[in-house]
Amino acid sequence: MPDQTFLDSTELVLNMGPQHPSTHGVLRVVLKLDGEKVLGADCVIGYLHRGVEKIGENRTYQQFAPYVDRMDYCAAVSNGLGYCLAVEKLLNVEAPPRAQAVRVVLTELNRIASHLIWLGTHALDIGAITPLFYVMREREEILNIFEKYCGARLTTHAFRIGGLQYETYDGLEEDVKAACEHVLPKIDEYERLLTGNRIWIGRLTNVGVLNAADCKQYGVTGPMLRAAGVKWDLRQAQPYSGYQQYDFEIPTGTHGDTFDRYAVRMEEMRQSVRIIRQAVEKIPEGPIMAKIPKVIKPPVGEAYVSIEAPKGELGYFIVSDGSTQPYRLRVRPPSFVNLQALDQMTRGALVADVVAIIGTLDIVLGEVDR
Amino acid sequence: MRKFLRTIFLIDLIEGLWVTFHYQRPKYIVTEQYPAQRPKVAERYRGAPRLNINPENGETLCIACNLCALACPENLIVVGAERNEQTRRKELTTFIYDTSRCMFCGLCEDACPVDALELTQDFEMASYNRDGQIWDRQMLEEGPRPKQYKY
Repeated sequence: MPDQTFLDSTELVLNMGPQHPSTHGVLRVVLKLDGEKVLGADCVIGYLHRGVEKIGENRTYQQFAPYVDRMDYCAAVSNGLGYCLAVEKLLNVEAPPRAQAVRVVLTELNRIASHLIWLGTHALDIGAITPLFYVMREREEILNIFEKYCGARLTTHAFRIGGLQYETYDGLEEDVKAACEHVLPKIDEYERLLTGNRIWIGRLTNVGVLNAADCKQYGVTGPMLRAAGVKWDLRQAQPYSGYQQYDFEIPTGTHGDTFDRYAVRMEEMRQSVRIIRQAVEKIPEGPIMAKIPKVIKPPVGEAYVSIEAPKGELGYFIVSDGSTQPYRLRVRPPSFVNLQALDQMTRGALVADVVAIIGTLDIVLGEVDR
Repeated sequence: MRKFLRTIFLIDLIEGLWVTFHYQRPKYIVTEQYPAQRPKVAERYRGAPRLNINPENGETLCIACNLCALACPENLIVVGAERNEQTRRKELTTFIYDTSRCMFCGLCEDACPVDALELTQDFEMASYNRDGQIWDRQMLEEGPRPKQYKY
């Protein structure tokens, strides 16, 4: 940060966080200010560091699966899917079609739940308190399905390596369809609350612009990249878990500002509903678990699998030395990579916009710090 | 002109407020009044652990195979067993389950070959000190008995 002390200049260094409610957790942002204008922002992270990657090196492959849920706790199911796919690639097995279809249903439900939380907290930061209460109500429908399916609501541990542990319960299809029916009109309702609202438009348009070239340079993925106009979605670019069977659109924006990112995420929720409806219609019969030995000892080698998590590209890189525990386990969390762009996005903005920009990044500090 | 009128009469804000006031009707209340109104958790809910006993003779179902302790990612289960010299079988003596470190992942109940260890639908596991979180065999067989408050 600045070489001069604050006495020498008009610049002011301001610590925002780690207890600030708008930093979505324990993120500390060191802002360099000239009056109300932001000259630069430095992120100080690590307050929630638990050493998840190191824990992975000291656990067997099955034992580590519950820990990945605790990274992005808003999208625990997506984390579990990514990890299971990575180990399956290492073992060179594939989950049975029935397991894949159930996985798609649950991960897409989780995407909606994650985006709902993002919408509520983002709107709360901007000053619209109302949506937060309503998104919790809709999320409840989705979490109830998780609870009925696997017995936990937030850190689900829903998938196992090689497929699923739990058979679907009677009435899963009806519950999922009912949740879709419930959520879809509510998304329109949020749009009625926010999209036309002049305060919302005024606070979001042309704030935190990040164009496509910058996005690619920073490695920013997910809705942030799509809002900049790049049609890149791993579900279509590198289909996994049977996503190639489903028909859905990739919503994109044009300017790459905060309002575009809002619009992209809202549309993504609708597309998720579309995928869920297709997937739940044709969950094939058959086994839910591939042939997996009781003690997993993958051959020596390495595997990288990335999936489209709600926040962006979530990757797992696992190096195996042939033993029951990974030699090295590396996670590429989307929130951590997306957070790098904060400095560029906040330059020239006002302090109030920093709150909007942190909100639009959709970071979860459990995933940033791991 | 239309846009001007919309601006003057704050149409966009009133549209939003309509949604808010629409939900004021008592029909739309979704909040659960927790201690007074108890939630019904799902059948598969992973809550407080229980060590099942045979209902007929009151003997434990646990065969002291130690598989739950091996499956646990946090190593919080300690199974104590003694070999019975007459029947030549292992018999359970102690079973310690540290619920303060448990993350309710369900790997132990998946590992159990005889359905002795089970995560139940009880979810009220608070205690006044840390020692209360470490459950012994008796506590695991009886289950938590949270105080029920009347309103």
